[in-house]
Amino acid sequence: MSGLSDAAVTRLKAAAASTGASGGRYHLLEEIGRGGMGVVHRALDNELGREVAIKIPREARGPEFERRLRIEARVLARLEHPGIVPIHDAGRLDDGRIFYVMKRVRGRTLREYLGELNGLNERLRVFERICEPVAFAHAHGCIHRDLKPDNIMVGAFGEVMVMDWGVARVAGDGPASEPACGPAVAGGTLHGTVVGTAGFMAPEQARGGSDGIDERADVYSLGAILYLLLTGRAPDGDADPSAAIARHAGVPRPLRSICARALAADPGGRYPAVIELAADVARFRAGAAVAAHAETFVERTLRFARTYRAAILLVLAYIVMRTLVAIFAGS
Amino acid sequence: MGTDDVQSPGGFPATRHSVIERIRDGNPDARRAAYGDLVEGYWKPVYKHLRVTWRLDADEARDLTQAFFADAFQKAWLERYEPGKARFRTFVRVCADRFVMNARQSRSRLKRGGGTQTVVLDFVGADRELLQSQAAPSGPEEYFHQEFVRALFERALQALRTECEASGRSLHFTLFERYDVAPGEDVSYAQLAAEFGLSTTQVTNYLAQARRAFRARALDALAGLCGSDAEFHREAREIFGVEVR
Repeated sequence: MSGLSDAAVTRLKAAAASTGASGGRYHLLEEIGRGGMGVVHRALDNELGREVAIKIPREARGPEFERRLRIEARVLARLEHPGIVPIHDAGRLDDGRIFYVMKRVRGRTLREYLGELNGLNERLRVFERICEPVAFAHAHGCIHRDLKPDNIMVGAFGEVMVMDWGVARVAGDGPASEPACGPAVAGGTLHGTVVGTAGFMAPEQARGGSDGIDERADVYSLGAILYLLLTGRAPDGDADPSAAIARHAGVPRPLRSICARALAADPGGRYPAVIELAADVARFRAGAAVAAHAETFVERTLRFARTYRAAILLVLAYIVMRTLVAIFAGS
Repeated sequence: MGTDDVQSPGGFPATRHSVIERIRDGNPDARRAAYGDLVEGYWKPVYKHLRVTWRLDADEARDLTQAFFADAFQKAWLERYEPGKARFRTFVRVCADRFVMNARQSRSRLKRGGGTQTVVLDFVGADRELLQSQAAPSGPEEYFHQEFVRALFERALQALRTECEASGRSLHFTLFERYDVAPGEDVSYAQLAAEFGLSTTQVTNYLAQARRAFRARALDALAGLCGSDAEFHREAREIFGVEVR
């Protein structure tokens, strides 16, 4: 090897000083996920000897996607919650693309996991777990804006992680955090400033623009996820999912009311906060009256009977026994 | 990035005796080997220094370069180096300057001595490089340093090529050569990926591995040419912009 030019020496100096992401700390392995904005690779953290996940912008995408990835990394960094994937590191690859490193989440998406959820109670418990990190994010001024079954990972023990905060909007960050475009909507096309996924996207989001988008957009998406959990299918085929779930005879009426309220076309008709939606679902599970549903006398009586079934049966048994004793004693 | 690297972990050479310790070694074989390394790492900077700074013609510079290293080996005057006074690189250049002055005063050419490690010195190649070199030297010390780094990188590159070929990773080296060495190339990762049927991520990984291996080889060679551990750390910081742990 001879005859290195001055330019080659300069380039080699730079090459020797640049040894990959974070000083050659990570080794990219196979792709494990792909969204509208970025690609997630399994990777090895050579420093700590553990597997991680690295998200990088899709190769063909432009600087706007880099900007979104950077925002996503910052969003994750500020949201420390067991239901939100923790971020470990961020940097730039040698090829110029930025990346961030997060915990490698093992599990399946909610869509994949759906068939294994047995019974209404288990489905509702998972739903409440989904609500928790979203409510936490809202409390920190962050709206997810793309909640859907594919962005929710469920672990072997039913633990839930809300993923893909790439189009999240952070309150107070102003236009800098607003994307010029977002991930795929129906048909995989980009429509100006529309962000979110058809079927799970609030109507005000689908109309485009970000003005007036608040926590209630996530409430709508959670309502659509609840719809999926209750009926087994996404609400994207319904012109009015709120009315459709209200007619769904296979679902208890209070739950239909909860779902319908969350899916109200008008944000003013929805739960004002995710925490209230979750509380209503929790009340249903506990056998209490839910805020979204005005019970009839019969419904209230039946609910009372279901809730205090054991006590009522005991009282009834006692009455029957006393009656029998009285009859036999009289004869 | 990379785990299955073509290098030892860590990227930096393990503790290695300085060139001074090695040439002061009582074992004649070890001393000869140390001189061999020293000649390999320094002959070209010395030769080019004589050609450019001293403006010697090619024949005279060749003779004096060979005589300089032969004399250094026989009379052991490089062993007199004191790390506290200057860098070893500077010491070698100053010794070469004195050697040329003495040679000119005596008007006699020194003959090559026996017993030195035989190293093939490609003077023709060095002259070709001199013709191609465009950067004007700013001073003897800067020029000597520039050529020292060039020679160091050439050796590291050759070691990397040999290592890659031996471990079946020629593609790593080819990519490295194309992206980081080839003159006038302004190729992107995506272009290389398309050309070699790889993904951009694979190109990223392969290049990162090759760069780390290259740096390890260069640092390894550098460690063998410095007069002390402190000097090695200082040189590594200046050449690579990194702290050697």
